[in-house]
Amino acid sequence: MGDKVVLLDVWASPFGMRVRIALAEKGIKYEYKEEDLGKKSPLLLEMNPVHKKIPVLIHNGKPICESLSIVQYIDEVWRDKSPFLPSDPYQIAHARFWADFVDKKIYDSGRKIWLTKGQEQEAAKKDFLECLKLLEGELGDKPYFGGDCFGYVDVAVVPFYSGFYAYETCGNFSMEKECPKLVAWGKRCLQKESVAKSLPDQQKIYDFVLQLKKRLGIE
Amino acid sequence: MAEEVKLFGLWGSPFSRRVEIALKIKGVKYEYIEDDLQNKSALLLKYNPVHKKVPVLLHNGKPIAESLVLLEYIDETWEGNPNLPPDPYERAQARFWAKFIDEKCLPALWKALFGEESEQEKAMEEALQNLKMLEKELKDKRLFGGGGGGGGGGGEESIGLVDIAANFIAYWVGIIQEAVGAEILNRERFPVLYKWIDELLSCSVIRENLPPRDKMLAYFISRVQAAKASK
Repeated sequence: MGDKVVLLDVWASPFGMRVRIALAEKGIKYEYKEEDLGKKSPLLLEMNPVHKKIPVLIHNGKPICESLSIVQYIDEVWRDKSPFLPSDPYQIAHARFWADFVDKKIYDSGRKIWLTKGQEQEAAKKDFLECLKLLEGELGDKPYFGGDCFGYVDVAVVPFYSGFYAYETCGNFSMEKECPKLVAWGKRCLQKESVAKSLPDQQKIYDFVLQLKKRLGIE
Repeated sequence: MAEEVKLFGLWGSPFSRRVEIALKIKGVKYEYIEDDLQNKSALLLKYNPVHKKVPVLLHNGKPIAESLVLLEYIDETWEGNPNLPPDPYERAQARFWAKFIDEKCLPALWKALFGEESEQEKAMEEALQNLKMLEKELKDKRLFGGGGGGGGGGGEESIGLVDIAANFIAYWVGIIQEAVGAEILNRERFPVLYKWIDELLSCSVIRENLPPRDKMLAYFISRVQAAKASK
């Protein structure tokens, strides 16, 4: 039976990267469609009328939206290969909690580091680093958030690794100094083919942020 | 082995009540511990150091936080009357709408009712749009459904994750509107949603796990007065 899988995405989106990694981990063939967020395609508007955002996974014509939902969906449908979520309900809850934490805390404060200055930026930096330190605490001495194996929380967090150079340069700090464990973890994840081919180079993300700042008229 | 289930909650919190509803639907026995928000208890800080909020469930000593995470945990841990359907696509839809309620509906409603005056109009528009989208999702179903037996009627239209997640809309919004003297949700504007509210509140497991209306109203009235006094 042929499964038709389409991903509507934007190359620099950490949320899109989560889905790319998940699909690659499971070895799923799919069609990638790059969206122009300035001119959203009729397909995107039809498939995600509520948020009009990427990523959207279209599986045999049916849309699934929201990156963490999509990752869980992929795990549930293609359950036999490389499961992301553990089988124990407590461990599953634990993983969902931390993925939810990343969604609530990391993206917004990180973006503010890129796009604000002065006090607002300092506050965002403080927030951001506090959250990363909490994540480091959760990682502990494990090779991955998932333990010995790359799992759900790893998929949720690793896209932000491609933003590390942009965060530290715009925010004037050193990721290696502030969060050495996360940096080491990121490098470890990049050794996986699914991650390496899904994450843009840190320099590319930095260039993207510079262009964004220019477009928005931010110094 | 004797199972120990404890729930740290707040009598007036919709998030806390969601968890109670889910536990009751499954028939899980638990000990309820009311948390004092003003002086966050040492226990709460121990079991939810990241967010320092209720609800927190302690299952055989192990803590879990975040109400939506808890709804799925309860579903996966105890059998019978599931709040999520077995089909992955339908589960994804339920998760989508639960998230929509928490990340879009609730903040917009809250701002529209309690926010700064400068923000209220915009928040009101957003809240109305969000509620219309929810109505569209309901279509002609009695409940958002997807659950398997908690509604009393069985079949596809039993209480599901989204119904439980939307408890704030079904009950709290009406009370807050009265306290604040505003009206966003009313029967004329949202006939489909109101039918759902009637249906949901007719389920005993929901009705019996809501804070008393007069107590909740008094709480919000005093909040409104305190906010006025501080201006």
